[in-house]
Amino acid sequence: MTDVTGALAPPRFLGVHRPTRRRSLLLRASVPLALLLVWQLSSVLGLLSPQVLAAPSEVIGAVRELASSGQLFDFLLASLRRIAIGVSIGLALGTFLGLLAGVGSLGEQLIDPTMQMYRAVPFLALVPLLLTWFGVDETFKIVLIAASALAPMYAYTYLGVRGVDRKIIEAARGYGVSGVALVREVITPAALPSLLMGVRISLSVSLTGLIAAEQIGTTEGIGYLVALAQQYFRTDYMVLCIVLYAILGLVFDALVRVLEQRAMPWRRESR
Amino acid sequence: MTHAVSLDGVVKAYGDVRVLDGVSLSIPRGQLVALLGPSGTGKTTLLRLLAGFERPDSGEIAVVEPRTIVYQEPRLIEGRRVLRNVLLGQRRDAAAIERARSVLVEVGLAGKERAWPTTLSGGEAQRVALARALSNEPQLLLADEPFAALDALTRLKMHALVDALRVRHDPAIVLVTHDVDEAVRLADRVVLLREGTVAIDELVPAPHPRSSDDPALAALRERLLAALGVEVRRATLA
Repeated sequence: MTDVTGALAPPRFLGVHRPTRRRSLLLRASVPLALLLVWQLSSVLGLLSPQVLAAPSEVIGAVRELASSGQLFDFLLASLRRIAIGVSIGLALGTFLGLLAGVGSLGEQLIDPTMQMYRAVPFLALVPLLLTWFGVDETFKIVLIAASALAPMYAYTYLGVRGVDRKIIEAARGYGVSGVALVREVITPAALPSLLMGVRISLSVSLTGLIAAEQIGTTEGIGYLVALAQQYFRTDYMVLCIVLYAILGLVFDALVRVLEQRAMPWRRESR
Repeated sequence: MTHAVSLDGVVKAYGDVRVLDGVSLSIPRGQLVALLGPSGTGKTTLLRLLAGFERPDSGEIAVVEPRTIVYQEPRLIEGRRVLRNVLLGQRRDAAAIERARSVLVEVGLAGKERAWPTTLSGGEAQRVALARALSNEPQLLLADEPFAALDALTRLKMHALVDALRVRHDPAIVLVTHDVDEAVRLADRVVLLREGTVAIDELVPAPHPRSSDDPALAALRERLLAALGVEVRRATLA
């Protein structure tokens, strides 16, 4: 609208209002906190039967109970150990195959079709077969977790390598760089964002693998706790297990974030 | 052998189009040849043949080693610091690192060894690319419009840098360019390609360092522009 008086005025602000950090944190936390409050209130007022869902306070009680017996720590450690070993194997194998398939046309023709088929199979379908091969012990659990992490890691590595700027690869070839050196010096750093995305996705998928693995033949681990809760019909423990899985997921996310910062320092310094 | 490049009857076609149609050319060691020509006359193709990225359909190509290449874009590796980019393709022994550092000083990037490529300006990044091309002491340097993407002032500085660098480094240089001023400013010899063959091949009659408006170059400059289809009207300032 034109100012008929003809006087000059500062331009109206047309930028985006950026909330302060504190305000933003508060807003983000507000909905989950409100949900918790409603949940606790409904339980206290008797609107929510403990048979359906235990109150948050009862869940905290369950944490205390489990922590005092030392089992909370033991179970978490057992699950973390399984996931660490299994995921490491899956990531290593997925990265190796992805690089092999991504770099050369021979590797691509030999590896990619098989891996695409493998990727199409839900890894949970492997459970009966893996049980027959490895029994119900640790080996089975680790193999299942590794199998769950393999497919996404492969897919992201392959995509990342394929997406590397051909011009930079050509420039490196012009300087006589080829083979392993090309992969190490040029392709891997360029594909790193995609590789780390692969790690992130693999870790979250492997949680599903962990749940499946710990349903069978366990005496420790979060999955075992789930089985116990079901057996004794304890909704407080059921909720606790969900919370534990959520915490594991958050820990993995933070881990990858740190990894990203450390592995790609040039992203921080970019202008 | 006293030549850095020798081409004999080189033919390269893409589909029905003979981009290079029998090009013969020899370049002595240490000579800077500017390669001119309208778009699509095979300048870049010729460079890619010399770099070994393409094979000719017929004819002979011979080049000296080591040879390196600089492009219009710096083509640096984002995830490697400046020094490591300069050392691309070299064994990272003490001598090579020393050489890389001193070339970085020569191109005016002392102290940037540990910078990430993404933090550099366009001119700086291109100077890193130049340092990379010089640090393993090539006998032949291929340059595909290396200064075309830079702003005019930076380009002038780069021209002066090329003069300075050629005092200490003396590779034969094949410089593909669209810029006639750049060609007569920098080159010992200009080669103009047209319709896949060499149309003009002349030595530039002035010592280095020189200016692109050196009167000795005016006639050559005009002939090159005319061959590229640009009529020049002399300014008639009395």
